[in-house]
Amino acid sequence: MPRLHLGTEGVLAAIIVALCVVLGLTTDTFLTTQNLFDLLNNQSVNMIFAVGLVVVLIAGGIDISFAVAASVVQYVVMTLLIDHMGGGNWLLGILLSMAVGGLLGLVNAFLIHRFRIVSIIVTIGTFNLYFGLLMVFTGGVSIYDIPDWLYYSIPLIDLPASRGSATLYLPVVVMAVMSLATGFILTRTGFGRAIYGFGSSPEAARRSGVRVGMIHAFAYGWLGLCAGVAGLMQAHIVQEVVPNALIGQELPILAAVVLGGATLGGGRGSVTGALLGVLLLAVVQNGLNLLGVTPYAFRMIVGFIILVAITCSNLDKLLPRRAISKEARP
Amino acid sequence: MDDIALRAERVSKVFGQSRVLDDVSFELRRGEVLCLAGENGCGKSTLIKILNGVYTPEAGAAFSFGDAEAVSRITPRHARALGIHVIWQDLALFPHLSVAENIVFDDYVASPFRPLSRRAARQEAREVIERLGVPLDPDTRVEDLSIARRQLVAICRVLRAGARIVFMDEPTASLTRNEVQTLLEITRSLSAQGISIVFVSHRLSEVLAVCQRVTVLRNGALVGTYPTEGMTQTRLSQLMTGRELTLTPRHAACSGEPVLELRHLSRTGEFEDVSLTLHRGEILGLTGLLGAGRTELAHVLFGMNRPTGGELLKNGKPLTLRSNRDAIRNGIAHVSEDRLHLGLVQNQSINMNTAVTVLDELEKPRGFLSPRRLRELTAEWIRRLGTKVNDAELAVSSLSGGNQQRIVLAKWLATRPEVLILDCPTVGVDVGAKAGIFDIIRQLADEGMSIILISDEAGEIWMNSDRVVVLKAGRVSRELTPNAITEASLEEIINA
Repeated sequence: MPRLHLGTEGVLAAIIVALCVVLGLTTDTFLTTQNLFDLLNNQSVNMIFAVGLVVVLIAGGIDISFAVAASVVQYVVMTLLIDHMGGGNWLLGILLSMAVGGLLGLVNAFLIHRFRIVSIIVTIGTFNLYFGLLMVFTGGVSIYDIPDWLYYSIPLIDLPASRGSATLYLPVVVMAVMSLATGFILTRTGFGRAIYGFGSSPEAARRSGVRVGMIHAFAYGWLGLCAGVAGLMQAHIVQEVVPNALIGQELPILAAVVLGGATLGGGRGSVTGALLGVLLLAVVQNGLNLLGVTPYAFRMIVGFIILVAITCSNLDKLLPRRAISKEARP
Repeated sequence: MDDIALRAERVSKVFGQSRVLDDVSFELRRGEVLCLAGENGCGKSTLIKILNGVYTPEAGAAFSFGDAEAVSRITPRHARALGIHVIWQDLALFPHLSVAENIVFDDYVASPFRPLSRRAARQEAREVIERLGVPLDPDTRVEDLSIARRQLVAICRVLRAGARIVFMDEPTASLTRNEVQTLLEITRSLSAQGISIVFVSHRLSEVLAVCQRVTVLRNGALVGTYPTEGMTQTRLSQLMTGRELTLTPRHAACSGEPVLELRHLSRTGEFEDVSLTLHRGEILGLTGLLGAGRTELAHVLFGMNRPTGGELLKNGKPLTLRSNRDAIRNGIAHVSEDRLHLGLVQNQSINMNTAVTVLDELEKPRGFLSPRRLRELTAEWIRRLGTKVNDAELAVSSLSGGNQQRIVLAKWLATRPEVLILDCPTVGVDVGAKAGIFDIIRQLADEGMSIILISDEAGEIWMNSDRVVVLKAGRVSRELTPNAITEASLEEIINA
């Protein structure tokens, strides 16, 4: 049975291209460099979260504490830099964010691995714990007085556009670097393949001598690290640190990553898929805005897209099992 | 005797109070295919785990390999270095990874930070696949392969890891006849390459066909090692069980009135135009190669799938099954082929597993579940089926394969079915327990139950059926009476 095989990523890309064509024809603002650059600028934070989260999903786990962890990272790093290091700089800011974020991720990994607790329970726990600690210690007060290096946006590519200019800012490049690094680890190193192997069959991996503790530590630690970086970028974009700015982002990002081909069962998913998943939801939202649809409709449509996508990918399981009987016939 | 690949002497293992292995000695020649035979719980798995470095034996054991110095235990590292590998029954593969990645997976573990080349992995996989001479595509995902193909992947994996001694745990349990033949040929070609193979199987005919010698264990002790030449299945099962097993073919009972009638029943892509009649008190054997539509037909008869054509009659009246609830209500019970996953809730108690089909019965008349009636019901079935149970509150996973299968039977018999569909009821059940299960089945038929027995073991079908229907590519190809033919000719018909 010859069939065009695109894979999840191919299908997603095709849908995105189709959406872009439709939006390009129906609005005169969608297919402008300015709009597309803005789309990337706005989504870079979500994309950094997504490439971190896909690693955890591939390893067969789940984490819903990462967005709150990112808020914690913002506060801890800002407080440390402003109060103890005289403001710091970009290098120090990034390294510190990675370290604190990674540490918060390792707490999840430790609880999951050492006490054999299911990851969703652990991260529901740390989600509440982190958020509660943050609110108690900050009293819900935002930090508006962030250091100068973080305050001023850094344009990297500046193209002349119809109205003013289209600019691509630093967070997009950071997102690209994080994506490439994650993609390299997952597809080009034995360790990355072992993560897929562990997600695919934990028992088989254990028997092959895979060090399960390392897999957990890396998966949750790497998501924490990505969340730290994403938190710093978010503070950079909005030029302030607000304690509840990121809470609530975890489920839409999880949805986007699942849309990108990852499953809660593990062993599946890719960086490209995760990025495309975020991009698809962003394009839909952007398109709806440009078409003047009420923002309330967005959640509804996202829910619909997710349900349709998952239903379609499960359709083949509902059809009669033709392929199996065919193989066995002589 | 310089041709010894592995010699193990005085191996014992104690778990808590019980001595699961008692002073067993064992010898494996280079390039030999040896069978390790014995009933469940005889110590086979423990011995394999000791030889593979998973368990540490009690002091006093000695292991030697060719010329090397004898050691008192084998560590996992040592086992790898000597090329000792086990292909477990579940194969321990990674379903979402490609064939090539599964074959080279050990590299990922050994050097996790070396950058990978997909082309090199594919090339290496291809070399091993060619060496084994099997039809595998390195780029297919393992989840898309049949069990038989997956097994070949597992074999390629140990070959590439430099295996010298391979233990195969129940390799044929879920294979069809043709696939078993292929596997046996591969086993022979491996042994021709100087690799020693230890074969663990419940299917005695295969054991005798492929192995040169057979080592028999019983209750943790060595019974002996015998050449397979001149050994018969009957003698071998006597050695394994320590008792005489009498199996007599069934006399075709005179058929009662029709209970279940299938008229031109079809389900697109699965089976077509199947017409047959099941009478009261009859055991109808349903056989054919895997994929011939046997299991699919059973699913339709149990209301799990809807037929796309034809009709079904029960006691002369048309019957439409919308779900398996309908089927149960109409007195149809179905014992699935996958006891481990579908037949039982492994970590629930024996009581709950037995009562799960009749919970709403037990709730009558007041709508509350009575623990006392539940216990009584279980106790009654455990007694009637001769199940060995110490405590019915324990998880069902604590029972052996044969006893688990009895609980599955009990659970369905509790619904007092008129029609009992048994899909491969003896998979993974050892010789002694098999006979016990068939005794129960025959007795049920004698009491008037109508039974559809699905199996791919021709011997089993031939011995226990009143009538045999052979399916081929979704259609009924033959209908036979066992006492009109021999076991061997039935086997030929199935494989023709």
